[in-house]
Amino acid sequence: MSEMNAFQPDPQYLVQVRDLKQYFPISTGFVQTTMLKAVDGVSFDIKKGETLGLVGESGCGKTTVGRSMLHLYKPTSGEVWFGGRKIEKGTVMADFRKKAQLVFQDPYSSLNPRMTVGDIVAEPIDVHKLCANKKERSERIQSLLSVVGLSSEHATRYAHEFSGGQRQRIGIARALASNPEFIVCDEPVSALDVSIQAQVLNMLEDLQSQLGLTYLFIAHDLSVVKHISDRIAVMYLGHMVELASSNELHHHALHPYTISLLSAIPAPDPIKAKQQKRIVLGGDIPSPLHAPSGCPFRTRCSRCTERCAQEMPEFLEVAPNHFVACHNL
Amino acid sequence: MQHLLEVKDLQTTFFTPNGEVKAVGGVSFNLDQGKVLGIVGESGSGKSVTAYSIMQILTHPGRIVGGSVKLSGQELVGISEDEMRKVRGNRISIIFQDPMTSLNPVFTIGNQLMEVITLHTNRDEDQAKERAIEMLRLVGINEPEKRIHQYAYELSGGMRQRVMIAMALACEPDILIADEPTTALDVTIQAQILELMMDLQKKLGMAIIMITHDLGVIANMCDEVIVMYAGRVCERGTAPEIFYNPRHEYTRGLLRSIPNIDNDEKTRLIPISGTPVDLLNLPTGCPFAPRCDRAMKVCLNELPVEYWVAKDHIASCWVNVLENVGAPLSALGGQDAATGVEGEEAAK
Repeated sequence: MSEMNAFQPDPQYLVQVRDLKQYFPISTGFVQTTMLKAVDGVSFDIKKGETLGLVGESGCGKTTVGRSMLHLYKPTSGEVWFGGRKIEKGTVMADFRKKAQLVFQDPYSSLNPRMTVGDIVAEPIDVHKLCANKKERSERIQSLLSVVGLSSEHATRYAHEFSGGQRQRIGIARALASNPEFIVCDEPVSALDVSIQAQVLNMLEDLQSQLGLTYLFIAHDLSVVKHISDRIAVMYLGHMVELASSNELHHHALHPYTISLLSAIPAPDPIKAKQQKRIVLGGDIPSPLHAPSGCPFRTRCSRCTERCAQEMPEFLEVAPNHFVACHNL
Repeated sequence: MQHLLEVKDLQTTFFTPNGEVKAVGGVSFNLDQGKVLGIVGESGSGKSVTAYSIMQILTHPGRIVGGSVKLSGQELVGISEDEMRKVRGNRISIIFQDPMTSLNPVFTIGNQLMEVITLHTNRDEDQAKERAIEMLRLVGINEPEKRIHQYAYELSGGMRQRVMIAMALACEPDILIADEPTTALDVTIQAQILELMMDLQKKLGMAIIMITHDLGVIANMCDEVIVMYAGRVCERGTAPEIFYNPRHEYTRGLLRSIPNIDNDEKTRLIPISGTPVDLLNLPTGCPFAPRCDRAMKVCLNELPVEYWVAKDHIASCWVNVLENVGAPLSALGGQDAATGVEGEEAAK
């Protein structure tokens, strides 16, 4: 951690996150507050044009990582570097707000029911004053709607007139309005039906290749994440436990949590399903308010030893570009 | 042979101010003892309404407008509410998607469990309590003696779903309907719950109707599968038939559109184009025709007939009828399986 202070951004990466921590004060008694460590020291890099998948179960902090790296929350500590500049305040921050956008999970609650679709999509344009006049603004709205496969007449309608898949397209059009370079997709397809999910995933891939976008793709569905990501990071209870390329993670997962997560996915194939060796994890995810000492996963781990209870395992590169945090590999 | 549950041409309509919504438009299937039947479909396909119709727990403007549901030969459609109460929770039980909202927050778990038991059996309170503890132990909840005094909010999602299962199975029903039981849960917890359900199914021998949108869950659990779209059955058959020999364009599309985790090359997904059907304005022909790549003129104008693909496989898709049977349409009348019985005999 000593080289932290002298951190030099690497130009091959668009986004670099170092030791990001996000704690929330939770009142646990009359005058007592406890810190909920939603994200507890996460570091990762994303190359330009790359998709990094972030998976984990509910409560593991994956959404918080996305939000606090965008500075929607003020991070408790840690650094976010974007395009070689540290995100803190002032013009760098203002520029970052334009260049980094977010697509939300729930297409029903993330669109204002009182605004027309045109106004929703144009919100970033208005906020950042990107269009000089009304004509330019409406042309921009139409081109954004056509990019996401909606027609220009949809601009005057309201969000409730659209289906889930179409609403998610509106949300994506809004994210694209300020010409971003980086988009955090926070579970963009988990509220959608499978047939629509594939439409949206294909569109995200097309947009990435057309516009050179970089994604942080947050989801709990490993088969979706594997499909869209170049590399995948696995989180558990606020910590990153494994990070590797998609194929490497699928075939040579090392962390016991990743292995059981992979084995828990029911294969959509009756023959494979019968052969599947399932490692069913006992128990529930501990509350982040009372995280276990040492390794966060030890309470559900089959390889747990005494050392796991005492020492937090370091996040080490055990094979080229394959990082794992586990004492007992 | 008499089936445990015989559903024939079940129709449920919601009479909304905007018009009639035919949520279930003629669903037929049989369920035998100890079998697991999966109903798969997207939101709005009528899979949950089918289950609610069987249980007769439809909310207002919804009503069963036709068809029959027979439980071991006894007709359920049209019987009095008093008689239906004897069936619900006793012979057919249901568990819901969201275990938080389906447990009562102001009563303890033990209280809710004992209610089912005292209502349907002659057990007194002490015996009911004993049974409640026994059920909680069966579903893998540790320290059940303490747990029965707890409230729903004190338990995690997976634990709550276990309690729901315990409640549903307390009276040893013949049929357990599981309406998206693991959708609200994480993958590792889903694996626990599915394992528990299969385990209990083996121990207690009940039949399960598994309603889900997840083809993975279907492949893992079900003997037979029904694929629904817009309130109609597209295809029904044994799990291997549906997965390896799909004969409805919708089923094929659904199977193509899910990402395959074992595929290491960057490939594009093949989505089903278009948007889900509007149940207020159902098309005249096959409801899937507007989204179907291979739709023909007949698909847009006429509802497809059900035909037997194999002994245990029925599909209703014009494209596949012509592809596989190759017979002129008029000749298909004899193979119409909409009524089930004739078709079944024809196939034998």
